Amino acid sequence: MVADIVVFIGLWLFHLCSLLAKEQTGIDFSTFEFSCIQHSGNSLDICQYVGYLMRNNIFTELIKSRALEKDELRPLYMDFQATTPMDPRVLDAMLPYQVNYYGNPHSRTHAYGWESESAMEKARKQVADLIAADPREIVFTSGATESNNMSIKGVARFYKAKKNHVITTQTEHKCVLDSCRVLEAEGFDITYLPVKSNGLVDLQLLEETIRPETSLVSVMTVNNEIGVMQPVEEIGRICRSRNVFFHTDAAQAVGKVPINVSDWKVDLMSISGHKIYGPKGVGALYVRRRPRVRMEPLQNGGGQERGLRSGTVPTPLAVGLGAACEIAQQELEYDHRWVSLLAKRLVQKIMSEVPDVVMNGDPEQRYPGCINLSFAYVEGESLLMALKDVALSSGSACTSASLEPSYVLRAIGTDEDLAHSSIRFGIGRFSTEAEVDFTAEKCIQQVKRLREMSPLWEMVQEGIDLKSIKWSQH
Amino acid sequence: MSNNTTSSFGRGRCYFKVVDHYENPRNVGSLDKTSKNVGTGLVGAPACGDVMKLQIEVDDQGKIVDARFKTFGCGSAIASSSLVTEWVKGKSIAEAMTIKNTDIAKELCLPPVKLHCSMLAEDAIKAALQDYRVKQQDIEIEAVKASN
Repeated sequence: MVADIVVFIGLWLFHLCSLLAKEQTGIDFSTFEFSCIQHSGNSLDICQYVGYLMRNNIFTELIKSRALEKDELRPLYMDFQATTPMDPRVLDAMLPYQVNYYGNPHSRTHAYGWESESAMEKARKQVADLIAADPREIVFTSGATESNNMSIKGVARFYKAKKNHVITTQTEHKCVLDSCRVLEAEGFDITYLPVKSNGLVDLQLLEETIRPETSLVSVMTVNNEIGVMQPVEEIGRICRSRNVFFHTDAAQAVGKVPINVSDWKVDLMSISGHKIYGPKGVGALYVRRRPRVRMEPLQNGGGQERGLRSGTVPTPLAVGLGAACEIAQQELEYDHRWVSLLAKRLVQKIMSEVPDVVMNGDPEQRYPGCINLSFAYVEGESLLMALKDVALSSGSACTSASLEPSYVLRAIGTDEDLAHSSIRFGIGRFSTEAEVDFTAEKCIQQVKRLREMSPLWEMVQEGIDLKSIKWSQH
Repeated sequence: MSNNTTSSFGRGRCYFKVVDHYENPRNVGSLDKTSKNVGTGLVGAPACGDVMKLQIEVDDQGKIVDARFKTFGCGSAIASSSLVTEWVKGKSIAEAMTIKNTDIAKELCLPPVKLHCSMLAEDAIKAALQDYRVKQQDIEIEAVKASN
């Protein structure tokens, strides 16, 4: 009864405030709809509403209103390699620059410009600190795709006269491979290095492939599909000794594993905002100043960002990226421990209950938050459909636009039928143990059900060797 | 099947047909492949990501009385093969031969990228009927030999 009176008074105060607010701001709170009860909100109805609340239990109404806000259940998010939710602290940092401090950071003549510029430079320092670089070496871009394009095309074209060979691997991100394809059409010579069956680059082969005409080697730090971490320190050492620039696409690695561009001897590094709980649409490129990396800019204009990337730097997005990097630096160790714990839990649970599951990629040299499992005799898309309460992704052909299975899995030599059966689980800062347990149990249950429906499983149970069968082609 | 769950594959009545066949597949299982009334069709390849095994049981009048399937493939493949087993039950062999992949695709509203699933289902039923016919011919040959 006392609680009811308190709420009654509170609602009256709210009503008074809304009248005041209407005078001051023009916003009319009387048209607010409470989702549990249709309510038009003028003073008479407030009384009726309060009366209603007092007749029924107020608290259950409040609880019901929360649940009825959404009429759909959203799946659990386990696809942190595709993108990440923005950390609320990043959003807090960005908001003032969206509505209040909205100046162009390149405006030299007034306070709006000066304050935006100082925010941008602060963000630049935050990004640089995460990778142990100098702030003058960071260029803001629209994302890791643009950074990759800039570095590969820019460096290759600048040194075109004397050096026309570029080396990359077969497991790189599509933007790197496509940039190399464009360079090939321009007359460059590209070598796509094969990887070993654990996904790692063969260092011996890399040393042998580097020629006097090689200008750039591009190897990604952490693979987005299978999670393997390349031996970047050794690759950097090899490239430095042979006087070749080393670019690495670190979109999946920044903020997740400790990075030091000087120790690693990296000359160019791509950073993506929306992979580290930052905003989408922003990224950065680290371009070494000593020894200087020269490149042809991809985007020309007013000479912003050291002339390498003209265009107004989006201050709120840059501030967001900076905040995300600072948070990542502070929480790197904790996040890594949390993600490793959850990953081990997931893998152990699944592999102990389900036979014939293969983890793609090296089990040790990896980032633990990206787990790619192949469930033999079950097709990937059908398993994704079965796990409809969990947001996952697959390396199966059916989920790509073409009917080809993932090129990364093919590069590591996975059997074609296992490539069709792979699922990628992504774990991140906000994943919980309950989510992981639910995913693991659902997965185990559905794999068992789908195997009952699978002719391959039946044949294997009968002792038939699948490799000996002559399959019909269609 | 609840209508409340969302999925990355989009919504619509046709989608629900595929999901219904996928979640409640009809006629999953196996028949005795050594029996002389059973025809088995195994089509596709694991390397392509689609394998269908379709079995039919035919009575002495040439009518299909039972059909079972097992599929390694995506949701559309499972739905196509499940639908085919529903359709052939009660049909004669000649009628079952007329099942076309376009009918299957239309019933399930398969998008162009999934049409090969319906084609494989048609191949599977034809392979099962072929296997049955070959078995019957072998039996006749045995009978002729035995009577000589």
